[in-house]
Amino acid sequence: MNMIVCVKQVIDPEAPPASFKIDTASNSVVPPAGVPPVISPFDEQAVEAALRIKDAMGGTITAVSLGTGLLRDVVKKPLSMGADELVLLEDAAFDGGDSWSIAAALAAAIKKIGEYDIIFCGRQAADWDAGQVGSGLAELLGLPSVTLAKKVEVNDGKATVERVIPDGYEVVEVSLPALITVSNELGEPRYATIKGIMAAKRKEPIVWTPADLGIDTSQIGAAGRRTRMLRLFQPVREGTCEIIEGEDEADAGANLAKRLSEAKLL
Amino acid sequence: MADNKGVMILAEVGDGKLAAIATELLGAGRKLADDLGEELSAVMVGSGVGAVAQEAIAFGADKVYVVDDALLKDYRTDSYMAVMEKVAKEVMPKVLLMGQNSIGRDLAPRLAFRLDTTVTMDCVELAIDPDSKLLLQTKPVYGGNARAIFTSESMPQMATLRVKAGEPLARDDSRKGEVVNIDAGLDASAIRTEVKDTVLEEVKGIKLEDANVVVAGGRGIGGPEGFQELEELAKLLKAAVGASRPPCDNGWVPDTIQVGLTGKIVSPDVYIAVAISGSSQHLAGCSGSKNIIAINRDAEANIFKEAAYGVVGDWKKVVPAFRDKLKELLG
Repeated sequence: MNMIVCVKQVIDPEAPPASFKIDTASNSVVPPAGVPPVISPFDEQAVEAALRIKDAMGGTITAVSLGTGLLRDVVKKPLSMGADELVLLEDAAFDGGDSWSIAAALAAAIKKIGEYDIIFCGRQAADWDAGQVGSGLAELLGLPSVTLAKKVEVNDGKATVERVIPDGYEVVEVSLPALITVSNELGEPRYATIKGIMAAKRKEPIVWTPADLGIDTSQIGAAGRRTRMLRLFQPVREGTCEIIEGEDEADAGANLAKRLSEAKLL
Repeated sequence: MADNKGVMILAEVGDGKLAAIATELLGAGRKLADDLGEELSAVMVGSGVGAVAQEAIAFGADKVYVVDDALLKDYRTDSYMAVMEKVAKEVMPKVLLMGQNSIGRDLAPRLAFRLDTTVTMDCVELAIDPDSKLLLQTKPVYGGNARAIFTSESMPQMATLRVKAGEPLARDDSRKGEVVNIDAGLDASAIRTEVKDTVLEEVKGIKLEDANVVVAGGRGIGGPEGFQELEELAKLLKAAVGASRPPCDNGWVPDTIQVGLTGKIVSPDVYIAVAISGSSQHLAGCSGSKNIIAINRDAEANIFKEAAYGVVGDWKKVVPAFRDKLKELLG
């Protein structure tokens, strides 16, 4: 099995909400001080999905990341978890893109990588929550796609995917090659091993520029955007919570019941 | 752009009637169509769905395009893609809306790429800009920490609408509209996925989406045993039990009760958040509740910013006393 996993470096979504700041002049998010970026959690789960297949039947995993200012310690995480290769699309021209320009660049990179059976993506990135690049890539590459996977197995040249639906899941069979997006229901991704971390340290990523991909810079990054962002803002939270107190915690609990009953809420 | 006209929504049908999301899309779409001074149409895709067409008219559609084919009985990416591509190219709407649910999440982005246009996913507000006449697409980003407003000039302007973000119109069966059949023209061999099985989790008691009261637990509940205590409270209040993401990811409770950005969106009268810190991604699923009640040890927890009432304390001490007092008051 040759597998490709697309991973994105994002601002840590677990950073405290109070540290979240916007620069309204540039319509952009200010990275919180002292909180390093991470691989988008759904993408880590996509790496995990690929690793489980590699564990079961062998194969190679190539991680692909696109962006600028990619911290090696961060983007090498798939390698330390067990992926074999890392390709970075790192060039200022890739910056400021939307789903279209990111999918266009990734599609060009995947064509250059050549052989693959499955492409994995996270269901959406933890920054823009767009949830489009996976399906867009499948469309650009002419592949069948299955989204929101919680389990993926491969047998006889086909993948069997458990796809999350509101009250359970569907079992979907798809011929390969295919693109699969992974949801959090897949379960926790594995920790990197010491051996993996050492191997990742020694491994040099392959870095490709737009010229290496033979893609016109009008197609990628800010130049390739098809959507325009008019405004980025933080919704105002009111914060008028009535705190119910008591002699101790249990008493506060009883007082809460009284208060809610008075307010005719329960 | 000059050739594209009207607002179109994908109207899903479930259990032989118009799905709730379809009525929400019709409500939102009606307003946009009126602001543009153009027509609102609904597309119904499925097998035996034609009978529901009048319902879409009663909820606001001027025209209903029905694509009825046995091959469309279950949702498959390739078959729905083929049909929606055909309809979009024939009708050429200016705006095309779907729900942010398991169909819209899968279909909308792929269709946008095929139609060489854009889509904004998970919008919570849609409006027509009075000057440019473009669709203003407002969506939460960064897990709900911020919102962004997007526009696009490529046609159709596509968006998915978050569940419960649209206000349905009152049903009016005297409304008149036109029903048009469109042939699916499907080639079965072009469908590259096969649904082998559908496994539904059994729901005990009241469905989360339908409950007037929800009792939800977070990471601080600590394990499956804690959720049994919440179950007891829920039983007393005829409430449904929900959870933030960590209890689901840790396997304490089924994934199907997750409330949040990537789970269910609920809007009960009362949402009791127990040991939930209130991450933006969780609030995305419950901020539409009329009253949020928070019980949390950390007075600085974000959930208190959203809550109407709160107790700062250990839930293990607060909840039993709260339940006993309620039992006494309700009894």
